[in-house]
Amino acid sequence: MRPLGVLSAVVALCGALAATTVAVTAKADVFGAETFMLDNGMQVVVIPNHRVPIVSHMIWYKVGSADEQPGKAGIAHFLEHLMFKGTPTYPAGEITDLVARNGGQQNAFTSYDYTAYYQNIASDRLPKMMELEADRMRNLILSEEDVRVERDVVLEERRMRVDSRPASIMSERLDAALWVTNRYGTPVIGWEEEIQALNRDDAFDFYRRWYAPKSAILVVAGDVTAKQLRPLAEATYGKIEPVESVTSRERSTFLPQAADVRVTMTDARVRQPRWQRTYIAPSINVGELDETYALQVLSEILGGGSTSRLYQALVVDQAIAASASAYYMDQAVSWGRFGLSVSPSPGVGVVDLENAIEAELAKVIEGGLTGDEVERAKTRLQAGVIYAKDSPTSAAQAVGSLLAVGMTLDQIEEWPARVAAVTAEQVNAAAHALFTSAPNGTGVLLPEGAV
Amino acid sequence: MMNHGLIRACVFASVFVLAGNAAAIDVEEVKTRNGITAYLAQDDSNPIIAFSFEFLGGSSLDPDDKLGLSTMAAGLLDEGSGDLDSFAFQSKLQDLAIKLSFNANTDSFSGSLTTIKANVDEAFSLMAQALSAPRFDEEPVERIRRQILVSLARGAENPSRIARDTLFEKIFPDHPYGRPSSGTPETIQAITQADLASYASERFAKDRLFVGVAGDISPRQLRKRLNEVFGHLPDAIATEWRVADTAVTYVGTVVVDKAVPQSTVYMAQPGLSRDDPDWYTALVADYILGGGSFASRLMDEVREKRGLAYGVSTSLVPYESAPFMLASVGTRNESVAESIAVIRDEWRKFQSAGPTADELEGAKMYITGSWPLRFTSSGSIASTLVAIQRSDLGLDYLDRRNDYINSITLKDVRRVTASLYKPDELSVIVVGQPVGVESTVRAGDPGVDSSGG
Repeated sequence: MRPLGVLSAVVALCGALAATTVAVTAKADVFGAETFMLDNGMQVVVIPNHRVPIVSHMIWYKVGSADEQPGKAGIAHFLEHLMFKGTPTYPAGEITDLVARNGGQQNAFTSYDYTAYYQNIASDRLPKMMELEADRMRNLILSEEDVRVERDVVLEERRMRVDSRPASIMSERLDAALWVTNRYGTPVIGWEEEIQALNRDDAFDFYRRWYAPKSAILVVAGDVTAKQLRPLAEATYGKIEPVESVTSRERSTFLPQAADVRVTMTDARVRQPRWQRTYIAPSINVGELDETYALQVLSEILGGGSTSRLYQALVVDQAIAASASAYYMDQAVSWGRFGLSVSPSPGVGVVDLENAIEAELAKVIEGGLTGDEVERAKTRLQAGVIYAKDSPTSAAQAVGSLLAVGMTLDQIEEWPARVAAVTAEQVNAAAHALFTSAPNGTGVLLPEGAV
Repeated sequence: MMNHGLIRACVFASVFVLAGNAAAIDVEEVKTRNGITAYLAQDDSNPIIAFSFEFLGGSSLDPDDKLGLSTMAAGLLDEGSGDLDSFAFQSKLQDLAIKLSFNANTDSFSGSLTTIKANVDEAFSLMAQALSAPRFDEEPVERIRRQILVSLARGAENPSRIARDTLFEKIFPDHPYGRPSSGTPETIQAITQADLASYASERFAKDRLFVGVAGDISPRQLRKRLNEVFGHLPDAIATEWRVADTAVTYVGTVVVDKAVPQSTVYMAQPGLSRDDPDWYTALVADYILGGGSFASRLMDEVREKRGLAYGVSTSLVPYESAPFMLASVGTRNESVAESIAVIRDEWRKFQSAGPTADELEGAKMYITGSWPLRFTSSGSIASTLVAIQRSDLGLDYLDRRNDYINSITLKDVRRVTASLYKPDELSVIVVGQPVGVESTVRAGDPGVDSSGG
């Protein structure tokens, strides 16, 4: 919600770009995370880090924009904003005041598959934050005026994040065309027309249905132990009555008939063309889990930094592009996505650029990747795993997002071993399937008058 | 290898105890015999080392016809050095998970290195080589040039970037701060390999260097590394790192016409410098008015009460030669006039009455209570240690900082708000198609045409 800048509604888009990095950090024995369950079905995770007496207190709800009903696009994110309005115990303005006067920094963000709220704060203030967050899980109050004013705020947020940025509009159109009826084709922040129609009842319906112990995960990272946290959690979150109506997230895994999906957008504001492609790919929940590890390796080889295949071919050797990267988003309740993003060099036409990209993909399909490339990518993916423990705030973020989309702590722990086990055959098979048969869409953004 | 002229004793040390908890950050000063100083927060809880440095003098020193030279140099130092070409250099960084970056700022040039302990030799060797023997081969030079040109083109699409560039151009006419710091297509094209090759010798010296280090490294090891990385530098150079002092020019209202549904608004007036005795008081005042995120007056008036914007904020910007205060808001074209009026009105109320006692109390509680959040990663600890030295705050600053904040009285802050806040001296830059807001400067002036800045 509330963020002025980085974190928020369209976090999924940024998250996608950082997916490989997050995966690198996902090793439970490196995080040293511990977990336990409360009687009402809520999971609690502790990631100790005692360097500085602060904690990152995060509550993750296993619900996001992809759980919305058709016609109600944006309600998950709108509710996230409204969650700061108050409860009988913490009425208007008090949530902001309480956290600030305790020296805390707070915010929240919404993605396709999760919604999270957090406070980074001195560890001796943790109990108060837990009381607050447990209270607003079930006791939100909203006036019609709150809803009306906040809807205007969300519309301004949309104007800032999407309408002011031609590249964001293009991505939104590409997703809509590619995913068709899958809810990943609907932007997290929602369509303007549907946001305008969202009301107080919509917000409460969504809130009552999803904000409950069983669909929540508490993640606390920092200067605290599981032994200290358990009684605090039992005295706050543990007092909330279980809500049985929340069970599981039934998601469509329907894929549209493959078609040549292409979105070409010209905009007078554009000075620099962009080219991007999104493939619908296996995720940790759909398709073979093994394939997700192979695709992480593929993403590293193709687009992981300046020594990658695409960068070396397009940016260095041919000088046809100014940048070239790949990402793989395996964290999803439904399908994942594999993306390529390339910026042409000044004066280079997008047709020539796309031909050069296709030629590189053809080399992968026909010649495959070498065993050396695969081994090196595996080494690189694992090399930075120690950094995962450095910052409690980023550790809480990484572990929370993985758990919220359905991974277990054990699976997170297995990550280095699973990557180490990936073979060149698996990477080549995954690459072949992706580039020859996965549904995909290409987006091109051009200045007016360009071709 | 470099000589290891080491000094043994660490004379100064300070233990910063956070919030009465057992956890603490110990900071000590580490000096080499040949005059390099670093602040070190040694911590062996995780085998990671973060190293930050800064040379005074940044993009404001770039020649007019080579604007963007600092940006381009920063982009090229990690693109090959010594016997390693770009590919070999970058491969080593990636294989060993070493994070190395350089950055050109307005008044400084900074760098950072993060490595796991097992690769510490290679990491420091690569950074030392990047600073002392960069190659500037033709391929990476032309590649980084293309990337800067593309980034300039993207900036020309971005309303915030246009607003910022226009603001600087207007409030700092005829001064280096008024120029686009990353250059223009023409100046980027004009930069030669020779310009880049002489960059280090013209800008880098020990007399303008600050170093901050956090993590698993001993003072003795750090002295060796400091010599390895910076030992080749001259003690001093002739280049004056400061640009001439200037004042913020009042320019009224400037509208840059862009066909966008939401206008981006920047407002600015003169501020105060980091070493001003009233700095902390102004910091507290700024928090209350607009720096305090959701807790600020402007956020309450503009967003919470009226729904005019997603974000509104203010900040103190302590540029060395012309400090200023900045406010920004993004709002639909129909609401620009109202948003500016609300901000100016709050500015005026602040000038005439200052904050309330309760607001002051709340600000102190946040600013002091959130101080430990500055130290949540090795990198942020290292860069904070650099900032402390650059502003000459002393080794015990981590301990004393909250005392400065707590000692501020309501009388202090009202004295400062009365003299500092000048609602009628707020220059306003609007990028968009605001309804009912007109430029007060002549059409045809730079920044008023439709191509933006």
